[in-house]
Amino acid sequence: MVDAIITGLYIFILAIFVGFEVIRKVPPTLHTPLMSGANAISGIVLIGALVTAGSQEKGALKILGLLAIILATINVVGGFLVTDRMLKMFKRGRE
Amino acid sequence: MNVQALVEIAYLVSASLFIIGLHDLGSPITARRGNLRASTGMFIAIVVTLLNKSIIDYQIILLGLIIGSILGAIAAKKVKMTAMPQMVGLFNGFGGGASAIISVGEFWMSKEDFIPPYMLVTIVLGLFIGGITFSGSMIAFGKLQKIISLKPIKIPLHQYFSVSLFLSFLIGSGYLIMLRREPLIFLFLIGLSLVLGILFVIPIGGADMPVAIALLNSFSGIAASATGFVIMNNILIISGALVGASGIILTRIMSKAMNRSLKNILFGVFEDRGVSFKSEEKNVNSIGIEEAATMLVYARSLVIVPGYGMAAARAQHVVSEIAEQLEKRGVEVKFAIHPVAGRMPGHMNVLLAEAEVPYDKMYSMEEINPEFSRTDVVLVVGANDIVNPVARHDVNSPLYGMPILDVDKAHNIIVIKRSLNPGYAGIDNELFYKKNTMMLFGDAREVCTRLLNEIRQL
Repeated sequence: MVDAIITGLYIFILAIFVGFEVIRKVPPTLHTPLMSGANAISGIVLIGALVTAGSQEKGALKILGLLAIILATINVVGGFLVTDRMLKMFKRGRE
Repeated sequence: MNVQALVEIAYLVSASLFIIGLHDLGSPITARRGNLRASTGMFIAIVVTLLNKSIIDYQIILLGLIIGSILGAIAAKKVKMTAMPQMVGLFNGFGGGASAIISVGEFWMSKEDFIPPYMLVTIVLGLFIGGITFSGSMIAFGKLQKIISLKPIKIPLHQYFSVSLFLSFLIGSGYLIMLRREPLIFLFLIGLSLVLGILFVIPIGGADMPVAIALLNSFSGIAASATGFVIMNNILIISGALVGASGIILTRIMSKAMNRSLKNILFGVFEDRGVSFKSEEKNVNSIGIEEAATMLVYARSLVIVPGYGMAAARAQHVVSEIAEQLEKRGVEVKFAIHPVAGRMPGHMNVLLAEAEVPYDKMYSMEEINPEFSRTDVVLVVGANDIVNPVARHDVNSPLYGMPILDVDKAHNIIVIKRSLNPGYAGIDNELFYKKNTMMLFGDAREVCTRLLNEIRQL
């Protein structure tokens, strides 16, 4: 299990570097869509929420799980949709 | 191959799609495709997760997904582009909140069992970052939505209080991890993380919100990563790290553009200097609508500098039309956008895109600054501090060192502004008193509408 955490740390650090390299190239014009798109990606916690809520637990934990799913789903669905809505507006000028 | 291996491979595909998607967001041409790819990655990840053996209750999941999707879709459809910072702020908070809840769930689910210390470390970490992100984002949302005062709010001994709460959190976590699993202490930690988030954002002033939002964006990513460690899931670790990195980059860009260190923004030492500038009588040239319209029409090159005042007056559509009219008459029109012209990174670009300004007419500060000396006319609409030349030469000014748009180097400058009142920083703007600057006083939308009518008649 400790091994898994070490591997996780490796993945974490490497992904941070990948993130820096990829995102550094995004021009200022697209910073808002980048932020809302990245925001939607951070809604990936939904996966954790699915496991929490779907377990055999009962009572308060179930309600909390449901709440976590709702919050994360809003984050994911709203995030991707609003990003698309913004990006649709970006048009090239007439030449 | 067993199911678990398939699930892991699917997660790997999702992670790759996130990275490719973010990469595609690097150009306006591919950006939409990138967003679609990232959302496909998300869809795959969600579907394969449902194959997880420990998931028994699908009803509650379906219920949550449906409610969340409806609310998310409505929010995405209804939100005004000027309100994007609030919306992103709110969503950051939701992500953080979900992370915190998962940590709480993991703690309680292992009720009877002994929780190994490393597991508790990840749980406490997830709770801490998630909790701060949640409550901090709610405050940021409240401020941007003007439910809470946009002014920095400070309680006595604010920093000491925050630090002591943070220390309490550390001590509490240490007790849980080293000694024993005490639910009461865990509840206490939940409360502490929430209060810390509030204390963290509430002293940040309205104009510093772009930085706060970018930072909270980063936090929401880190919170997702922490949750990844809690439930030992690599896709969460990867995605969270990507978002965390993106937030850090944007935070740095923003604080640089504001000439403030992050520490300075967070612990707010941008004191109210009162009326420190000399309010001596200085000459201001003002200009009438007709004259301004003539200047614009006969210019060869025009750079429009929008500030948040333009968006606040909802003048962007009229400004866009002015640009279109002038282009038809052969004027070369460009938009110069300062990184902090809007309320979040890139906000002004979105507002202009909504007003149908083509993105290839929008220029960043670095791109446009060398061009001002060759520009006939600059039209400043509702911008102030970001065009104040004081930032370049007055060592005593609080603005000193802040990167600005060098509009004063242009041949002629027209400034549309309500009055001579100083901007957010409370500093008089040297630009307004220059020989080649002409002030066009009035509400941005009203003035621009009249300007547009005048141009049409010329």
